[in-house]
Amino acid sequence: MTDDGEESVGDAGFDEFVAALAEGDGYYVECANGHGSLPPRRVCPECGSADLDETALPETGEVATYTKVHVPAPSFADDAPYVTAVVDFGPVRLTGQVLAAVENVEIGTTVEVGVRVTETRGDPLVVFEPR
Amino acid sequence: MTKVRVAGAGMTAFGSHPERTSRDLFAEAGRDAIEDAGVAREDVEGVYYGNFMGELSEHQGHQGPLAAEALGVQAPATRYESACASSGVALRQAVRDVRNGEADVLVVGGTERMTNLSTAESTEALAIAADELYEVRAGVTFPGAYAMMATAYFEQFGGTREDLAHVAVKNHANAVGNERAQYQREITVEAALESPAVADPLHLYDACPVTDGASAVVLVSEDYADDHNLDAGVAITGTGQGGDRMALQDRENVATSPAATEAAEEAYADAGIGADDVDVAEVHDCFTIAEVLALESLGFFDTGEGITAAREGVTTRDGDLPVNLSGGLKAKGHPVGATGTSQVAELTKLLRGDHVNSEHVPEAQVGVAHNAGGTVASAVVHVLEEVVS
Ligand SMILES: [Zn+2]
Repeated sequence: MTDDGEESVGDAGFDEFVAALAEGDGYYVECANGHGSLPPRRVCPECGSADLDETALPETGEVATYTKVHVPAPSFADDAPYVTAVVDFGPVRLTGQVLAAVENVEIGTTVEVGVRVTETRGDPLVVFEPR
Repeated sequence: MTKVRVAGAGMTAFGSHPERTSRDLFAEAGRDAIEDAGVAREDVEGVYYGNFMGELSEHQGHQGPLAAEALGVQAPATRYESACASSGVALRQAVRDVRNGEADVLVVGGTERMTNLSTAESTEALAIAADELYEVRAGVTFPGAYAMMATAYFEQFGGTREDLAHVAVKNHANAVGNERAQYQREITVEAALESPAVADPLHLYDACPVTDGASAVVLVSEDYADDHNLDAGVAITGTGQGGDRMALQDRENVATSPAATEAAEEAYADAGIGADDVDVAEVHDCFTIAEVLALESLGFFDTGEGITAAREGVTTRDGDLPVNLSGGLKAKGHPVGATGTSQVAELTKLLRGDHVNSEHVPEAQVGVAHNAGGTVASAVVHVLEEVVS
């Protein structure tokens, strides 16, 4: 991602996570006690365990809650309106935008995760597609 | 342990003052609080100051010393930031310091300057109370986050947009006589339902406005109040704070606010009271659904039952438990960093009997203030009691 032609500084851990999602190789972090969380982590937020392993994210998840955003922040000006959702993948939940009309989204809708770029700034965006 | 009294309270008018700096707003609120308390400026031992978005709205960090300067107080001053709970957490620290005997006189308050930003800019500024990597980059706005909480609440417990509209109607009705409130006018359920959608199911009238304003209270030890013959008839008898995971996605259930439950339980235990003892409450209704979650977290209603409280008249000014007699964040306004101490300022006046709505709670002895940060990843609750002499 560039800004005014200059290389921007990345967010280690998070950038790799989004890149993996884009490749269809999504993962989460699992501690020795089986708690799931999302990177970057050095310890498990549940129990403090530092014994963390990358584990494959399930292929599909279910919408846990959602909304249609009509009034966006400036960085999403050209994207609005859009639907955001928290999606339950079992060990972890993930927030992103649903590539569907709000009428076709409900709690429990099965979706798979991917990555697109935003219309406004071309920034990477976690997305969900119903299937 | 020393007991803590509220000796004075002050607030600017809440509303649109785009040309007024934070230091000017806080100077007014703080001066009024100090005058109301009748304490000497040179007796003030510290200024505890809440502010959230000063870097974005005024390009100003390090605001503690500015706050003290604005009051003409020569004392150490610290800024506290906990999103919309900024001055609430500042108050909690001040209460603990007075109790511990660290200080006898403290000024606690907060300010936010917001209307000098465009709607888009303030939407962006408020969003930084959410998780930048996992929520903001997904396009989650502050109303969007609460909207997802409302969607989950409706799914699990039921409830309708009309139930939420009654919360807004109630709080607007309470603000009519409050000269410090941003909106001193009534609204109807129909108008609320027909207002433009912000983030479904929340519409414009479910949301608090963008507001400029400042508030302050003066805390004194009981000994100082007695020695100086102060008229300080309200005590802070309980304080509690709770925390939760930052992002909604990391909460077990987004239709409840356990951080506020934790804060309330701690504050009640501290004061030696229960939810049934509370006569009047000021709760953090940044969105109508937030008031519902607050009522349940504070133990006034079982989980899933708070949604109908306003519609059924339980929390209206003539109900059993009047909530947000000030007008709440919804109608009084929500200058983020000033909100926590403004709730305590309003409750102090309600209990003293010199609030425009005191007539609705003539026998009230116990009040509770509930101040939440972000989507309630932070929560602070205080119990105020009338001192029976
Ligand atoms: Zn763990």
